[in-house]
Amino acid sequence: MPLGAVIEFTNITKKFGQVTAVNDLSFTVEPGRVTGFLGPNGAGKTTTLRMLLGLVAPTSGTATFGGLRYRDLARPLNTVGAALEAANFHPGRTAAHHLGVYTTAAGIPRTRVAEVLHTVGLAEHATQRVGGYSLGMRQRLGLAYSLLGDPGVLVLDEPINGLDPEGIKWIRGFLSSMAAEGRTVLVSSHLLSEVQQSVDDVIIIAKGELVHSGPLSSLDTDIAPQVIVDSPDRDALVTALTEAGLAFTSGRTGLIVAVPDPGQVGHIAFAAGVELNVLHRQKAGLEDSFLALVEGGDSL
Amino acid sequence: MNLILRPVAAEFSKILTTRMWWILALVLFGYIALIACGLAALFGGLDSGAISPDAVNSGGGTAGLTGLGSIPPLIYSFAASVGYVFPVLLGALATTGEFRHQTLTPTFLATPKRGRVLGAKTVALIVMGAALGVVALAASVGIGALVLGGFGIDPLLADGETWGLIGRTVLAMAVWAVIGVGLGVLVPSQVASIVIVLAFTQFIEPLLRFASTFTQITADIGKFLPGAASDALVGESFFTLASPGGAVLTSWQGGLVLLAYGLLATAAGYFISWKRDVT
Ligand SMILES: Nc1ncnc2c1ncn2[C@@H]1O[C@H](COP(=O)(O)OP(=O)(O)O)[C@@H](O)[C@H]1O
Ligand SMILES: [Mg+2]
Repeated sequence: MPLGAVIEFTNITKKFGQVTAVNDLSFTVEPGRVTGFLGPNGAGKTTTLRMLLGLVAPTSGTATFGGLRYRDLARPLNTVGAALEAANFHPGRTAAHHLGVYTTAAGIPRTRVAEVLHTVGLAEHATQRVGGYSLGMRQRLGLAYSLLGDPGVLVLDEPINGLDPEGIKWIRGFLSSMAAEGRTVLVSSHLLSEVQQSVDDVIIIAKGELVHSGPLSSLDTDIAPQVIVDSPDRDALVTALTEAGLAFTSGRTGLIVAVPDPGQVGHIAFAAGVELNVLHRQKAGLEDSFLALVEGGDSL
Repeated sequence: MNLILRPVAAEFSKILTTRMWWILALVLFGYIALIACGLAALFGGLDSGAISPDAVNSGGGTAGLTGLGSIPPLIYSFAASVGYVFPVLLGALATTGEFRHQTLTPTFLATPKRGRVLGAKTVALIVMGAALGVVALAASVGIGALVLGGFGIDPLLADGETWGLIGRTVLAMAVWAVIGVGLGVLVPSQVASIVIVLAFTQFIEPLLRFASTFTQITADIGKFLPGAASDALVGESFFTLASPGGAVLTSWQGGLVLLAYGLLATAAGYFISWKRDVT
């Protein structure tokens, strides 16, 4: 059983000329869990992952696997499996030959090629030229590459992009099972909804900076809390809230008051003698929390 | 040991699992075979009297060559003097293709030591260049000797000097592939690289070599042009014959100059493109 290593980013920064793509990012990714690496397009996810994999040189800071930089790993493909964009193929090469090139380079038994193609569901397309592959098939082939060395760490950049619904369902189960085996799974996405069913932890960045990290449930909190309140006499309630100086908007199921505490709203209504038929706190959805965190970033 | 051999094996597998190598080999064979066959028939015809020298509008030079025994090596030398563009193309395509198809990502993930990958590619291309040399010789010597023999001219296949020429041709073609690798890392844009190869080999360098023969000083510089160095290495060529008295390097000097072009270009390209961020 390959053991997952801890991924550690320490004050990592990347500047492309004047553009600061990643700014002083520090976080760790634990084995045995699926960690979602989230942020809007252009937030710096790909750049961060490429620095982790030694493909992009950081301007400053480090990124390591169990304390070792990627290029210092004795057997990189057997330690870390990575899938970046969907386009890293020569279109004239078959899938099996494509993978065969890298098993040769890494000293991995050739038998792994058929195994990983089977795992990702490409077995019957093994001898087809990659140029004829659909986007979803390319994603699967990228994933197959990452699995060649049966690595303890998986680093996947937007692996769900371009997959069909069946593929999305499959990869969610796959990621969870990899983590359950004790591997470290770091998977990026610009959409929380894409990964929220399979991630345990989230790292959220916007404009190259860390804005949130913690278990998924930590998003399900009071970041944008609201109280929903309604009365048979809504005009009286509006007057009471206005007099109390609370901001609110009209919603489908009542008035949405921008305070966290239902008791406060209840008290105001009680003091004004307004009968209530709805009073509860509404937690913002995960997606709302996510959007609130990254707001100010580029559009999703 | 494995750390060196594995990347080399991977580079071979990259070349052999796409179609480019045999397409180039096929075109090279056909092209050189055509030239060798045509020239052998022409000289054979002149020599045997089947074609009268008057019928060939080529002045005294050609007639002077006939029967001198320099015809077989001249025909054989076309393998390198015309065919050298093929290993350059193969080398340039092997490197620029990695940039174009973004295969540098899986390559550097499998072998993070980038210098090792470039070294492995160079080694693989040396062998592929030599193999293209063998293909070109199969055309120039194989077909050429057959046609010459048909006209009763001794193809000099028992001559040690012929085999020396064959060996030096293989060497030259191998070094040309290194130059292709170097060009590919210097100019990673595949289209730009191919345009440079074709423009330089088919047009610019022949013109420069021709123009350089006009004065002694330019001739002393011109002999260091890659094509001139290659002809010097092979030791026999249409060009050297066409500019009698022109300055030429010795065979081993030519080989070293040619190799220096390849290695310098590769080393410079390593810093210019190979070591860069792969984004
Ligand atoms: N090679 C590059 N040169 C210049 N800027 C770049 C380069 N690569 C990425 N960037 C910039 O860095 C920022 C982060 O990009 P990226 O890491 O691709 O974000 P994400 O993957 O989160 O969408 C963007 O502003 C992008 O334009
Ligand atoms: Mg990205």
